Parts: sequence; structure tokens; C-alpha cells
Amino acid sequence: MTLLAYAALIIALIPLASILIETISRGLSAMSFSLLFEEIPPLGQLGGGIGPAIEGTLIIVALASIIGIPIGVFSGIYLAEFRQSHIASVARFLNDVLTNVPSIVLGIFGWALIVVVIGWSVIAGAVALAIMMIPIVTRTTEEAIKLVPMTIREAAIALGVPRWKTTLTVVLSSAKKGIATGILLAVARISGETAPLLLTILGSRFWFSGFTQPTAALPLAIFNFSQSPFRTVDLPRAWGASLILIFIVLTINIIVRYATREKYG
Amino acid sequence: MNTHKKHPSFLSKLNTISKKRLSGDSAFKTIVMLIACNIFLILGLMIFKIVQSSWLSIQTYGINFLWGTTWQPFPPNPNAPPSFGALPLIWGTLITSSIALFLGVPISLGISLALSEFAPKSFNYVISFFVELLAAIPSVIYGLWGILVLIPFLQNNVYPQLQTVLGFLPFFQGTIRGSSVLTGGIILAIMIIPTVSAISRDVFAAVPNSQREAIIALGATRWEKARIVMSYGRSGVIGAIMLGLGRAVGETMAVTMVIGNSFNMFTSLFEPSSTLASIVANEFTEASSPPVYISALMEVGLILFALAIVVNASARLIIWRSTRNVKEVEMF
Amino acid sequence: MSYKIEIQSLSAWFGSKQVLQDITMKIKENVVTAIIGPSGCGKTTLIRCLNRMHELTPRAKITGRVLLDREDIYGENVDPVTVRRRIGMVFQKPNPFPMMSIYDNTAAGLKLNGVADKHKLDEIVEKSLRAAHLWDEVKLELGKSGASLSGGQQQRLCIARALAIEPEVILMDEPTSALDPTAAAKIEQLIRVLAEDYTVIIVTHNMQQAARVSDFTAFLYLGRLVEYGSTKDIFENPRSELTEKYITGEFG
Repeated sequence: MTLLAYAALIIALIPLASILIETISRGLSAMSFSLLFEEIPPLGQLGGGIGPAIEGTLIIVALASIIGIPIGVFSGIYLAEFRQSHIASVARFLNDVLTNVPSIVLGIFGWALIVVVIGWSVIAGAVALAIMMIPIVTRTTEEAIKLVPMTIREAAIALGVPRWKTTLTVVLSSAKKGIATGILLAVARISGETAPLLLTILGSRFWFSGFTQPTAALPLAIFNFSQSPFRTVDLPRAWGASLILIFIVLTINIIVRYATREKYG
Repeated sequence: MNTHKKHPSFLSKLNTISKKRLSGDSAFKTIVMLIACNIFLILGLMIFKIVQSSWLSIQTYGINFLWGTTWQPFPPNPNAPPSFGALPLIWGTLITSSIALFLGVPISLGISLALSEFAPKSFNYVISFFVELLAAIPSVIYGLWGILVLIPFLQNNVYPQLQTVLGFLPFFQGTIRGSSVLTGGIILAIMIIPTVSAISRDVFAAVPNSQREAIIALGATRWEKARIVMSYGRSGVIGAIMLGLGRAVGETMAVTMVIGNSFNMFTSLFEPSSTLASIVANEFTEASSPPVYISALMEVGLILFALAIVVNASARLIIWRSTRNVKEVEMF
Repeated sequence: MSYKIEIQSLSAWFGSKQVLQDITMKIKENVVTAIIGPSGCGKTTLIRCLNRMHELTPRAKITGRVLLDREDIYGENVDPVTVRRRIGMVFQKPNPFPMMSIYDNTAAGLKLNGVADKHKLDEIVEKSLRAAHLWDEVKLELGKSGASLSGGQQQRLCIARALAIEPEVILMDEPTSALDPTAAAKIEQLIRVLAEDYTVIIVTHNMQQAARVSDFTAFLYLGRLVEYGSTKDIFENPRSELTEKYITGEFG
């Protein structure tokens, strides 16, 4: 029977291996200098690259992070420091609810809230991704702060440091590793998301042209290439983009897991 | 240091018991509380906006939307109004999720049992790492791999054989398509494995060792021990399964890319179809008119939203109750 | 000699459970006062009432007054933060800030309260570490993490940290119970020296330590002050039978 359990393990790891192998091999064969730095050609046309998609992803993720990280961290501080409050309990529950909202629904919200007003835009995409990010960062920040031992807080308070200052200096500093890993994982997560972008940034072949304009992004580009009828031309681009995206996402994940490893002894 | 008198030091302004200042503490509390209340704002706005956008469709089609089976933004007869209905989508979501659970749960349980009961600790860490890596892969890359690797594989090596063996069942009849419901279910199964196995592993780990020791003392095999652990953690596992279901229900890109995107109340798993999520992903950017078209898609999104919330809330409730029970029993 | 702290009818609760009953005592300036008693007698609660740390626990409550230089620290408009700057505390388990260096630990109270002048900080850090009998051992390694020191050194670092903000009173909650005997002895020596400049109040479950280190001793039992007097009197001539029983080790 243990054999069955191990068989399950192997069955689960086969797709993982296959995805990684295919992405790396097909992606590498599509890799080139021009792939990284040139504009996106129309579907079916040779040449060009996916430069704008890389740029777009970087800009949108950065903007989403600027919005999402502070809100997430301070919300997490509130939930950790004022745990007994009723508002905190309800907010915590709702945070969990938000974590489980399907990503396409976030896209719908981004569209209904922003695109309807200012059109397909970077801002709409960044807001949708920020909303995805906030509950994740809130939760991980809360957990990191809860882990800070009472003794550290008491030491600071006994020195005549007001409660709020203790939290913002000593407690946060003590929890910073946990908070940082939470943030990194959230960033990795939103970098790979397509659905929220599908309904907010529209996609584009060109370099970034303004926050209220549509733009390209890696996940969206991958999707568009995959739907192209011109397979021989566009699929290699899709794999190339996938390789870059997977590289970014997995690197962040691996760094985080390495940094938070527990030593077995 | 001489402190026989109240010594003047550069801290002396602090050395008298001063009046209570306008408390930095309460200002701090208020500020972070307001920031934390963003969640109320976001969820509230979300519900409001989506309902608002769906309103036209809700008014036009009423409750019949839920069991309507036509999807015609541009009816062939120009005088007929557009008609939309969500039943095939609900059906598609239901079936693909069921397939995902049917295939994915046994594998997930196998993994979590292997990790919590059978495998040595160091192995545990490495394997968990890889399983979690599965979770980190973006959905669209699953989709790409699905189109170009999984579908050819299934189409050539699995589906024909499946039809040969199980073709007497209506689910496995008809033309075999690579982009089909079954493929959608399979890819969802792979995607829920990390979720279900991670939570199950935690549930099993919470089973007190006293239980394991008791059953081993009675001469049980490892498998029998595993069964005890599973039954002990049963409700937690149910919760894990439901969370997997929640994930499957909401999953968009990978499914969209392999399910074929046709609108039908399918009977065979080899047929292409759509899910609530996939139709929105597919048609939204093209749906500029008529206005009721977008509104209908919004309503589909609303149904999906509600479904996901219900499934996930129930899941969390079950998990919470199960881990609580384990702790209580442990005290005896 | 004047009374630095006067405790008047102090009672304390955790929720509905009363932990201190009507304590009244006067603590002299520049002496070491020990508070002894069996586990659960309320001695830790008592000193935590003296620097308003007791109220940090949810549902904690006190009645009564505690006068510092004749001003009630629980007065209407009193900010507990300023009280804690005048009455410092050292805890049972040494708790230096793990992410800070020895220097930063010592200077923590100052830096967090807005002192930025590097010269002043250098001066006070050295002064405090010397006063805590730690300077010679760490002066070449001030940048090392506070957590890298031995237990006894960490405790002396915590004492230096408390001294750096120039309090008038130092509260010590079982400062040596987590330390080995050699380290403990060093701290005891230090306590006697500190009394020259500060008013020291030490909680200890170790009676011999109380006898060695303190000038005055208070014996608490089940939240009540049973007896209070000079250490000599308490140990050689206890007035209460209960005190005598505790001193001779019959219980506790």
C-alpha cells in the first residue's frame, strides 16, 4: 500500500517535470537577444520579440506592489496588534474570502471600476493585481508579527517607548524576514496572473505609453500567442515568454523557500 | 553617575511625570484600523459593481438565466433579441471540477499520507518543496503546456484506449477531441494537487501520535495505521477537498486553453465545452455590443463569484471545526 | 534618607481574580529592597505595578496609589510612558533585542526616544556598559549581535540598556534565576554597586540571594504583605510565624 502512496507522488511530479522540461527546452530554443528587446510583431509575422511584454509585466507588478504592499502590511499590523477587536475578526475573515475570489472576477471588477471610466489601462490592471495582493500580504504580515515574542515588546515598553513606536520599530524589525517573504511570494503570484489583466489592460504590441493606456504583459502575451493560428511563428514566442515568466516566478519562490528553510538535525 | 538629586541630564525634560499627551497610541490604532478596513471597501465595491454591471442582464432574463441553454449575442434572426443562459456553463464548471476531484484527491491523499506517515523527514522536505513548486507555476503556462504537450499525449495515447474500454458509457462516446471537458478536468486535477495535499498533510500531522502508537501497539500494518490517521482527520480532509474544489471552480486560464470553448450541454467528456470562468475569459474583449452581452458575461461572473465564496466559506468552516476537535480530544 | 516610592493600599486584579490585596509599604531611596515569597504570591505582579507594566495585560486592573517622589504614577493625567523612563526594568529571562548589536541594544532606549547625537550616544553607551560591569568584556566588539553573548552577559547588557535612559529606580524580576551560579554572582555584586546611585527593587525566589543582596525585605504571601523590614530583622527576627516558616523552608 505504501507503494500506492509513492506512486501517487510520482504521478503528481510527472506533470511538473514535463512542464519544466518543455518550457526550458522549447523556451531556450526560442531565446535570443531580439526576443528580449524588440517590439511584438503582429501575429504570424516573423522577427521582433516580446520586449514590451517584459516591460509591461515589470511596470504593472511594480505599480500593483506600490499600492498593495503598504495597505497589506499595515492591515496585517492592525490584525496582529489589535487581535481582540471585533473589527479585526471580521476583517480577517473577509480577507480570507478575498483570497479565494476567482482571478477572472477580479478582472471583471477592474473592468467595471476603472476601464469603464478611463478605458483599458495599466492602472486598471495594477489595481486588479493589487487587490489580489493585499489579502496575501495582510495574512503573511499578521502571521509574522504574531511570531514576535512578547519579551521583545516588553523590553521596549519598559524602556519608556510608547506602544505604537514599539510596534513600528522593534516589532516590525523583528518580523521583517517573515514580512519580506510574504511580500515576495505575493509578487511572484501576481506576476503570473493572466485573467485579471485580460479584462483590464487589453494588451498591446508596443512599449509602455502611459498609465492610462493599454500595455503588454508576459502572461497575456503567452495567452495571445497560444491562440494564434500561425503556430510555427507564434508558438516559439509563447515558449520564450513562458521561460522568462517561469524563471522570474520560480526564482522568487526558490529564494524564499531557501531563506525560510528550517534546519533538520 | 550621581543621582542623589533629580539630576539635570539632557533627558530631564522627560524626567517629570507629565500630563498625558494626545495619545500617539490611539492615533496609531485609528490609522491602521482604517487601512485594515480596506477589505470592507474592496469587497463591498466589488459586489456592488458586479451586481450593477449585471443588472441589465438580470432584469432582462431574470431567474431563467440560471437554466437557460442558449447563448446568442447575435441571433441568426435579426429581429430576435439576444438570448443568454448559464446552465451549460454551470454544467461545465460542475463536471470539470468533479473530474478534478475524482482524479486529484486520491493522488493528493496518497502524497500527504506518504509524506506524513511513510517517508523519512528529510525526504518530506524535498518532496513538499517540489509539490509547492507545482502551485507556483502560472496558470497560463499550464494552459500552454496543456495545448502543446498534454492534449497530443492524451489524444494519441489515452483517449482512444479509454473509449475502447469505457465506450459503452455515454460519457466516453462520440468523436474524440483533444480540447475537451475531460482534458479540462485533468488539468484541473493537476492544479489542485498542491492545495489538497498540503492541507491534508497538515491535518494528518495534527493527528496526535498517541493514536498512531495505540494502533501500532495492536499490531497494525503501516497501511492500517494510515487508515486510522485518515479517519481521524476525516473532516479536515473534507475541508481540504472543498478548498480544492474552490480552486477548481475559479480556475480560469488553463481550463480556457484546453476545453475547446463551445457552448453546449455536453454528454460526452470528449466534447468541447465552456465553464463559467472560461466563457468570460474568451468572449469579454470581443463583447462590445449589444450592451446586454457584456451584462450577461458580468452575470456569469457574479454566479461564479457567489459559487466560489460559498464553496470556500464552507470549506474553511469544516477545516476550522475539524482542527478544533482534534485539539479537544488530545487533552484526554 | 527619603522614601523614593510609597505604595498605598495597592490591589491588583487579572480580570476577576484578585492577585494583590491592599499592599502598603514605603521604599527607601538608594537601597536594595527585596520582595520574596512562594510562587504565585504576587511578587512579580507587584513590581509590574510599579512601572505600569501590569496594565498591559488585557483585563488587568489596579486600585490604590503608587507615589514616586510623592507623585501618584496612576494619577489622572499621567502618561505611563514617562513613568517607565524613570522606573526601569530588567526581566527574568535576558531579552536583548536579537536583531541589534551590543551598542544598539544599549542605546535602544535613547535612540527610540529620539536621541540622535552620535557623541552623546557613544558616551552614554560606554557609561552604561561600565556601570553594568560589561564594558571590558565587550568594548572591542560593540558591533556584535546582542544575542551572541552568554546568558550572564546578556543580562548585564539588559541592565546597561535600562541604565542608559538614566532612570531613578531599577526593578528586577528574578534577574538571576535563568543564569548559572557564576553569572548570578556577578549580577549580585553589580546590584550592590547599583544601589549607590539607584533605588533597586528586586524580586527573588531565592532567599539566600535576598539575604546577601538586600537592605530591606518584604515577604508576600497570597497577595498580602505579611512582613516588611530590614533584611537583618526579617531573617534573624521575623515577627510573623508565617515569615519564619518560609524563611526556614517549611514551605514555598
